[in-house]
Parts: sequence; structure tokens; C-alpha cells
Amino acid sequence: MDFPLLSILIFFPVLGGLLLLPISKEKAGVIRGVALLISGIEMLIALPLWFNFDKTTHLMQFVERKSWIPAWNVEYYLGVDGISVLFVLLSTLVTVLCVLVSWTAIETKVKEFFVSLLVLEGAMIGVFCALDFFLFYILWEAMLIPMFLIIGVWGGPNRVYAAVKFFLYTLVGSLLMLVGIITLYFKGGHTFDILALASQSYPLKMQMVLFWAFFAAFAVKVPMWPVHTWLPDAHTEAPAAGSVVLAAILIKMGAYGFLRFSMPICPDAAKAMMVPMIVLSLIGIVYGAVICLAQTDLKRLIAYSSVSHMGYVTLGIFAMNTQSMEGGILQMINHGIVTGALFLSIGIIYERTHTRVIADYGGMASHMPIMAALFLLFTMAAVGLPGTNGFIGEFMILLGGFVARSWAGVVAATGVIIGAGYMLWLYQRVFFNPVNEKVVGLPDLNNRELATLLPMVALILWVGLYPNAMLSYMHVSVAHLLEQVTGNPVGTGDAVGSLAALVGQAGEVISAGGLH
Amino acid sequence: MMDMKRVIQKAITDYCRSEKWAVFAVIALLVLAWCGTVCASGDPGHGELLVGGGEVHGTAPHGIPGGGEQDELAHGEHHGDVGHEGGLWTYQKLNTRQELPFYLLLIPFLPLASFIFTILFGKRLGEKHAHWVPIAAVLTSFVCALIALKEVMNGNRINCDLYTLISSGSLNVSVGFLLDELTAVMLIVVTSISSLVHIYSVGYMHGDGGYYRFFSFLSLFTFSMLMLVTGNNFIQLFFGWEAVGLSSYLLIGFWFNKTSAADAGKKAFIVNRFGDFGFALGVILIFLLFGTLHYEPVFSQATKMVGQSYTLLGMTFDMPTLVALLLFCGAVGKSAQIPLHVWLPDAMEGPTPVSALIHAATMVTAGVFLVARCNPIFGLSQFALDVVTVVGAVTCLFAATIALVQTDIKRVVAYSTVSQLAYMFIGCGVGAYGAGIFHLFTHAYFKALLFLGCGSVIHAMSDEQDVKYMGGLKKYLPVTYWTMLLASLSISGVPGLAGFFSKDEILAMSYASTSGAGKFAWAIGTLVACMTAFYSFRLFFLTFHGKFRGTEEQRKHLHESPRNMTIPLCLLAFGAVASGWVGIPAALGGGAHWSHFLQPVVGHPAVHLSHATEWKLMCLSVGVGLFGIAAAYVMYVLKPGVPVRIAATFSLAYRWLYNKYYVDELYFATIVQPTINIGRKVLVKVTDGIMIEGIVNGIPKSIGVISGQLRRMQTGRVHHYLAYMASGAFIILFWMLKR
Repeated sequence: MDFPLLSILIFFPVLGGLLLLPISKEKAGVIRGVALLISGIEMLIALPLWFNFDKTTHLMQFVERKSWIPAWNVEYYLGVDGISVLFVLLSTLVTVLCVLVSWTAIETKVKEFFVSLLVLEGAMIGVFCALDFFLFYILWEAMLIPMFLIIGVWGGPNRVYAAVKFFLYTLVGSLLMLVGIITLYFKGGHTFDILALASQSYPLKMQMVLFWAFFAAFAVKVPMWPVHTWLPDAHTEAPAAGSVVLAAILIKMGAYGFLRFSMPICPDAAKAMMVPMIVLSLIGIVYGAVICLAQTDLKRLIAYSSVSHMGYVTLGIFAMNTQSMEGGILQMINHGIVTGALFLSIGIIYERTHTRVIADYGGMASHMPIMAALFLLFTMAAVGLPGTNGFIGEFMILLGGFVARSWAGVVAATGVIIGAGYMLWLYQRVFFNPVNEKVVGLPDLNNRELATLLPMVALILWVGLYPNAMLSYMHVSVAHLLEQVTGNPVGTGDAVGSLAALVGQAGEVISAGGLH
Repeated sequence: MMDMKRVIQKAITDYCRSEKWAVFAVIALLVLAWCGTVCASGDPGHGELLVGGGEVHGTAPHGIPGGGEQDELAHGEHHGDVGHEGGLWTYQKLNTRQELPFYLLLIPFLPLASFIFTILFGKRLGEKHAHWVPIAAVLTSFVCALIALKEVMNGNRINCDLYTLISSGSLNVSVGFLLDELTAVMLIVVTSISSLVHIYSVGYMHGDGGYYRFFSFLSLFTFSMLMLVTGNNFIQLFFGWEAVGLSSYLLIGFWFNKTSAADAGKKAFIVNRFGDFGFALGVILIFLLFGTLHYEPVFSQATKMVGQSYTLLGMTFDMPTLVALLLFCGAVGKSAQIPLHVWLPDAMEGPTPVSALIHAATMVTAGVFLVARCNPIFGLSQFALDVVTVVGAVTCLFAATIALVQTDIKRVVAYSTVSQLAYMFIGCGVGAYGAGIFHLFTHAYFKALLFLGCGSVIHAMSDEQDVKYMGGLKKYLPVTYWTMLLASLSISGVPGLAGFFSKDEILAMSYASTSGAGKFAWAIGTLVACMTAFYSFRLFFLTFHGKFRGTEEQRKHLHESPRNMTIPLCLLAFGAVASGWVGIPAALGGGAHWSHFLQPVVGHPAVHLSHATEWKLMCLSVGVGLFGIAAAYVMYVLKPGVPVRIAATFSLAYRWLYNKYYVDELYFATIVQPTINIGRKVLVKVTDGIMIEGIVNGIPKSIGVISGQLRRMQTGRVHHYLAYMASGAFIILFWMLKR
């Protein structure tokens, strides 16, 4: 591909953000309009990724490769495959919705806000496209700055604490990753080319060290239990758009990191660490769900539910079979859609009530019926009701988890029960029950807000009723990844056998009884 | 822009308000129905044209596994060795078609269209018109269901995929439809009762603020239930399963500003999730074992599980038993059997038509349907069947005893539902799935009638539900009185009425069963038959006989319900009387058409009961039923003081029953409260608050403190941390590179 599509996707929003700078800050309306225009155009530019993507190859597509710092062999190397392409698309959509939801919610330093948001978008897309470790690391860190600002400047009362915590957690993790990258550079033949590094094999000991170095960066980002405590604070204090980007895209990068780096580069370590990773995921699922029951703050509850949902994602990734991994990637997108939509909704509600305390709500369905209907759909998607996207991902992960370790499937399935518990309880306390006088007279959604939420509604139903639209992008890439990790040829990573086959190898498949 | 929008809005509104749209809708529906009929009549010329060409025919990318081989496709085959009693009905080889006739698609999708239409435009249509589309849609579905029944009675079956939902590795899940005898029966039950309930609701929900919302949810429910029964694979079953759960949640919590209603809806959903937990694992296990989730290949290979074992969580299970019991978990939840029965009585918070449709006639029977549908799996494990039987028997007695003393008119009927569902499970548990489904069929009519009758009473009593304040309503509500009488007689098992035939079939089969559980269930079932008659007539006499005990205000408002409510009552009364006639047993000179009709799907237990024994059993159950009615007559009409004295004498037992054995309280104290407490007290405060936060924040903090002490540098904290983390990182780096 000669047309530098990915570069344009990365730099267009950044340049667009810079374009906002000369606009006088009095003209907030113009700033919003231009920001919307830029993010909208960005989304259109990204469309060829959807339509021109070749689903039959695991090779990188839309590749751009230029030498950058020859002395260190650093390259400007971009490309997408079936694992990353959907996240690029999701990022462009989410940014548009973030602009819309911040329309009136952001009243101070409007220009700076939208500049941050657009720069953030560029960096996020860059992270998903980068195939050079050096470039990746720069973009990974670059992404932190606008996010840090968004939380720290436009956040809630406790924003500085939350922003610093977010920054520190992520930074500690990424420093260890840097260590891993440099080690890899010296041991892997003085190159930062991710694909080249992944195609080599390293001694198990080194893989282990690398695995844990990467783990530090990615587990914090996901976030996996027990390094999740930055997330509730960051989510709670961030403005709506910040929470949405955080939930929909930023925390996906952790899981993406596992898929792109940890597993292909340290496959043996990943296999050796399979059970510990599954156990951490399961703890995350159950822990996140139970702790949700105790929350009194709307955003905090959804933030903890992310811990639980991302537990499913990491379970799917580390269960290492076709269904679980495709389910895991799909669930990353689903979680982005659903939790993104929940945070958008909460942002819309918060703009009216200026309270996040659940007890301040009640009976809102009588006053905001459209909001109630949409929120119900998001809730149902979050609890994995069939027909919504949440079900497809969860089912595939449970299935794959069960195939990998039957106890993992059983424990993960309990999350489904508790998940229904906290989400429906939340829904009841906000939208049902006697009307709280604080919500009397609130206007229902206006057209802008409707436009913010309807794309999410469409995506939830689309993926829920026709998940193959998304899954078809992943098949080949996931098969290739599994081949890299497990060393088995394509097609056998699928551990599901017929009854007859299972009976033959019963001991092998079902030997792992008992919980660790 | 805005003008444009307003103009368009106005045009739509005007169009909707004018009656034109209704005419168009009706015409459109008639055309659709006609198309369906044409397709059904098998006219190939039209059929091909109308089925929608390649879309339906061509997009099933992977045919039915084993497709084309008639032997494998006919469900009945693997029952051959089980069934064939008496040779009264010659077994026909059934044709399984792999194309989707249009009418079959209309059955579920018309209610879906109606849901979407009504939820979007219902408000604009207002109370006068909002119900037309849902009623027309469900009536058309009913017509199509009749066509489907005819198709099946002609010996045809349909098993076809619409499109592939998920494909991932070897996982291939489709949206697809299966039409066989069992489906046809369920279609008739669901669409007929749903139609009547729709019509009834026009009168019952009159004046409610959420009128259109109610009708759209009813349509959503009908769609979900129809998807549940028509699916040809476990995922579609699960889709319908959860979607009916959603509709039930929405309709129980219909009056959502009432905390009790909102609580009840949530409770129903969550309790069901406990059952779904097992169900989902069962489905996953089935996929793991068979590599597919379509019924056809799973059921035809089910026998391969015999003698295998499976280890789960360190315990080794007999494979068919494990699969069957996991699936049964789902059935226990949905059909409100012990220990997951707690949600159903609370579900009575919903409007009464909902209780009739969802929580009596259709949704709660999904569990029975599941067991009957999966009979090739259940049939492989005597232990699993015994569990089904015993759970049924225990629930049967448990719920009936509670129903004896409740005073809320709807709760009595709700517990009666739980008890009757348990009968169906007894039937399935002794291998007489046909009998279980037969009871499902007759129960749907008489129980829907009981509920709608209760609704009529509640409507007349200005929303009073406690029988303590009723009495003597006979003269005010004559139609309700007579139809309720028929329903009560039917549920009590009075000969000739529907309930008699189906209940006796179950009791006879359980008596004939060779398993101990079956005999146990028979004894319990006979005892409960007496209780059923007693509590039904207790309710009946308390409501309609004696003196009116309500307020003067209520008395003034007493009135018979409007025509649109009484006509459905009369139609249901016909069902409550006649629906049993399709299965009159041979002992009574009938043709036992029912069991023969279903035999190809669910088989027939190979039992032999002499006609004399059958007669004796019938006499016994009729006898205890009549005794129950007589006892109720004595206690509540002749000597109204007796019940109070009995309650006083056995006050402990009475309170125990009145409070439903305190099961709710037990669950709250042992499951709900501890979970929330762990969340609040342990996870938030200790684990998250002290341990994780403490450790993670403690490290940089202590570095900061030490460095501050050492160097007395008081610049920004972030700086400090960064410097130290960076140096730490470099130390690690050097260490790693040196290795």
C-alpha cells in the first residue's frame, strides 16, 4: 500500500489539534465544531481499514516502513493485522463520541481540552499500529500525557490525586517494559522490529524475565488484580470523555500488549505462566464483581465492573485456544462499546444532576424514559444477555476457559451471576424505585446526546446478532498467533474435540481438576 | 433543518392518528398470512417465489450436520427401541425439510416487529390504538402456528438454519429453526394464550400510563418465547431463555416506581441466573463433547456418552448424568422448582395478565420444555431422571402446602403454579415426557384462566388482592364466577375436564414407573391432588361465596369486567374444559392421540398398566380431589369458623407455612447479605483499602520519605518518584543485561 493511511490516521488528529490552537478561546462553539469535524473526518479516513482489509492473511497490512534512527536500527514501522485493526476503528469512533459528550460538559479551557483529546487519539492509534518497539514505547508514553492532563485538569474534586496515581502506576509498569525492550534489543540482534523479535526464540529464563517485565506494564494497564486500584480513582475523577477513552481504548492496550508482545515473544513463558495468569484473571472477575456490590458511587461501580470484565478478557487470552482468544479480543471491543456507552450515559446524567452518589437517584425512568431504555440496553449488554455483544464474548471466553481448565470456566461463570446482581441493582436504584425529588423535572436526551449513544446501541446489537462481522477479521491472525505460541500448526489450537476424540485423550484434557 | 424535522414528525403523527395506518397494517398482515398459507400448502411455484429466494435457501453455509441422510435426521429413530406401545398408531417415517417456509419465520418475527413498532411509535398512537399492531401480530402468529401444526400433522418436519451467528474455530453456531411435534405444540400454547392475554390486556390495562410500553413488552416476550421453542440449537434456546427472562424482568417491574415491584423483577432475573449458570456450563460441556450445539447431531450421538465419566472440579461424574443435571439447573430456575422457586411468588408484583401469560402459562414451562427437548440426554441417566422426579415431587408438596394458607389471591395461584409445574417434572422424570408436556398444555389454559379470572376480580375490587376482603362476588361477577369455577374444577382433576386427563396420565405413569423415585412421586402426587382441590376451592369459596368483607367504597365499584376481558375468559374456559380431550387414555376408550403425536420426539415409557389398574388410580385421584373440594366447602362455606380454629391450634405450623418456610429469609441471611458484606467490609476496606493500596502506595511513599530525609529535597513528589524509579529501572536493566 503506497498511500500512507496509518500515518495519516496518526498525524491528522494531532495536526488537527494544533489547528485549534490559533482559534480564539472565546469562540468555544467554533472550537467544538472544528474538533467534531476533525474527529469525524478521521473516522471516515479510517473506513478503508474496514473495507480494504484482507481477511485471508495474517501478515501486516497497510504497512509503512522507513528508517528513522539508523544508528540504533530504529524504524518508523507501522502496520495492522486482524488483532489491531478493529481497535484503530474503535478509537476513531470513540473519539467522535467523546467530542459530542464533552460538548457542554467541558466549560473551562475548552480549546486545551479538545487539543488533548485529539492528540490522545493520534497517540492511541499509533500504539495500535506501531511495529517498532522504540516507536511503540514513545507513543505508549506520549499517550500518558494528554490523559494525565484530561484527568488532572478537567476532572472532579479529587482529580490531582487520581491523575498522579494513574501516572505513577502506568509509569512504573512502563519503565519495566522499557527495561525489557532494551534487553530484547541487545539479545535479539540489535533491532526494534517487533515481528523480527517475535520470530526468534529465546531461552526460557530470559523469556520469563521478559514476560514479567512486560507483565508489569500491561497488567497495570488492563488492569489485572491486584494492580487495579488506580482505575476506580482515575475513572471516578476523570471527566466523561476521559472515562470513556480510558475504558474503551486505553485499558485495552494492556490486553493488546499481551497479544502483540508477551505471547509471541515469550511463548514458552506465557505457556508456563498460563495457570497463574488464569488464576489472577479469575480473582479479578470475582473480586471486581463482588466489590461492585459495595459501591455507592456510580462511576466507581462501573470502574470496578471493568476490572471484572477485563478479567474475562485476560482469561480468554491466557486460555490460549481459538474460541477463548477470539472471544477475548471480541470482548475487548465489546467492553469498549458497553462500558464506553455506560460512561457516556453517566456523563450525560451527571451533567444534569452533578452527583455521582447512587442514593441521589431513583425513579429516573419516569422522567428520562429514553435514557432509561438505552441504559437498560447497555446494562443488559454488560450482563451478557444473548442478543447483545456482551453475550457473544462472554460465552466464547467461558467456553474457551472451560476447554483450557474446566475449573476456570466454572469460576468465571459465577461472575455472570454476580454481574447481573450489581448491574440490575444499580439500574434499579437509579431508574426504578420511587422518584427521588432530585431527579424531578430533568429533561430527557436531546438530539446531540441521542447521537452520542445511538452508535453504541447499533454496535451492541450488530455485534450481538452478527458477531461474525468482527470475528472474521480475527480468524487468521488469531490462528497465526496461536501457532506462534503453542507451536502447533494452524487449526489445532482449537482444543475442542468430538466426544470420541475426547474419550481417547480424556486424561489429558480433563486432568486439571482442583483449584489452585 | 428543524422545520423539516417538524414537518416530517407531524406527517408521521397525523398518519398514525388517522385510522389509515391500521387498515394498512391489517391488510399487510393478511397478505403475509396468505403468503404463509401458500407456502404451507406446498405449492412449489409460489413457495419458491415467496420464501425470499436465495437468502433463506442459500445462506445456511454449513448444512445440518449429517444432512441429507433421512435416517439420521428423523428424531424418532433413536427412540425406536424405547417406544411403540400397543401399536395403535403406526410409526411413519417423517420427512425433515431443510428449507424455511415463510410462515415459520413470521411466527417469531411478527411479534418482534410489533415490539419495535410499538416501543417507537406506541406513545404517539395513544391508548386508543397502541394495542392494534401487537394484537394483529400475535394473532397472525397464531394462524401461522396452526399452519405449522398442520404441516407437522401431515408428517413433515423442518430443520433449517437461517444464518451463522458465531464461527470461531470449530465453534459454529447458527440461528436456525426446528419444527417438530414438540415445537408445534409449544407454538400453539404460546401464540393462543398470548393472543388472548393481549386482548384481555386492552381492558385490564385501560388507563395505565405505560399502556403502550405494556403491549410492546408483551410482544417482546412473545417473540422471545417463540424463539426459545423454535430454535434448532442450544444457543438459540439460550437466547430465548434469557430474552424471556428480560421480558419477565421488565414486566414484573412494570410499575417500577414501586420498590417491591422493582425488587421482584431484579430478584427474578438474578435467581434465574443461578440456574443459567448450570445451564450455560451444560451447553459448554455439550459443545466440548459433541463439537456442535445443534440438537440434531447432539441428540443422535447422545448415546455415545453412556458409560463415560467426566471429571469436573476434582469430582468424577457419570457423563450423561452431569450433562443432564447441568441442563436441569436451568430448568429449575426458569420453572421455579426448589431451591430456586423463590422468585415466582414475588413475580406476582407484575400486572395480572403478565402473571397469566409469563408466570403461569408459558415462560415458566420452558424448563419442562427443556427437559422434554433434551430427553435423549436425560433418558441416558436414571439418576438424573430420579433427581428430576424427586425435585418435582418435593416442590409439588412444598408449594401446595404453602398455597393452603396464603391469603393473597395471586400468591395462592402462584404457588399452585409452582406445584403444577412440579407435576410436569414428575412426568418427565419418570420418562413420560409426553405426559409432562400434556399437563403443560392443559395447565396453560386452566391456569391462564385462573389468573385472568383473578385479574377480573382484582379489577372489580379496585386493586384489592387479599381474599380476606372479598367474598360474595358471585352475583357481581357472573362470567368470572362461572369461568373460574370451570378452571378450579379442571385443576382439581374432576373427570372430563382437561386437568383430569393430564394429571392422571402423570400419576399413572409415575405409579407404573419402576424406580423408587417414581413411586414416591406418585404417592406425593396423589396427596397433592387433594391439596390442590382444597386450596383451589378455598380460594374460590372465599372469593365468590359468603358475605362481602371489603369496604363500602369497594362494594360500590364492583362490576363485571368489560367484554374484551370476559371473552378471553370464555375462550380459555373452553380450553380448560376441552384441551384434555386430545389425550383421552385408552382405558377410557380414547385414542391417546396426544402421546402418539409426541412419541416420535419424546418417546413413550415402556410400561404396562392394565386398564383395571388405571381405573383404580383414576378413582383414587378423583376421590381425593372430590374430598379436597368437599373439605373446602365445609370449612369455608358451611362452617367458616373452623379454619381460624385450626390455625390457632397449629399456630407454629401455620406461621411456618404462611411465611413460606422462611426460605427467603434464609437465602437473604446466607447468600445475599454475606456477599454484600464481603464486598463492603472486606474487599473495599481491607483488601483494596489497606492491603493493596497500602503496599502499592507505600513503596513510593517510603522511598519519598527516605530520600526526603536523606537529602532534604522538597521539590515535587512526582519528580522524586520518577528519579528513583528510573534509577531502579536502570539497575535492573544492567542486572538483566549482565546475565
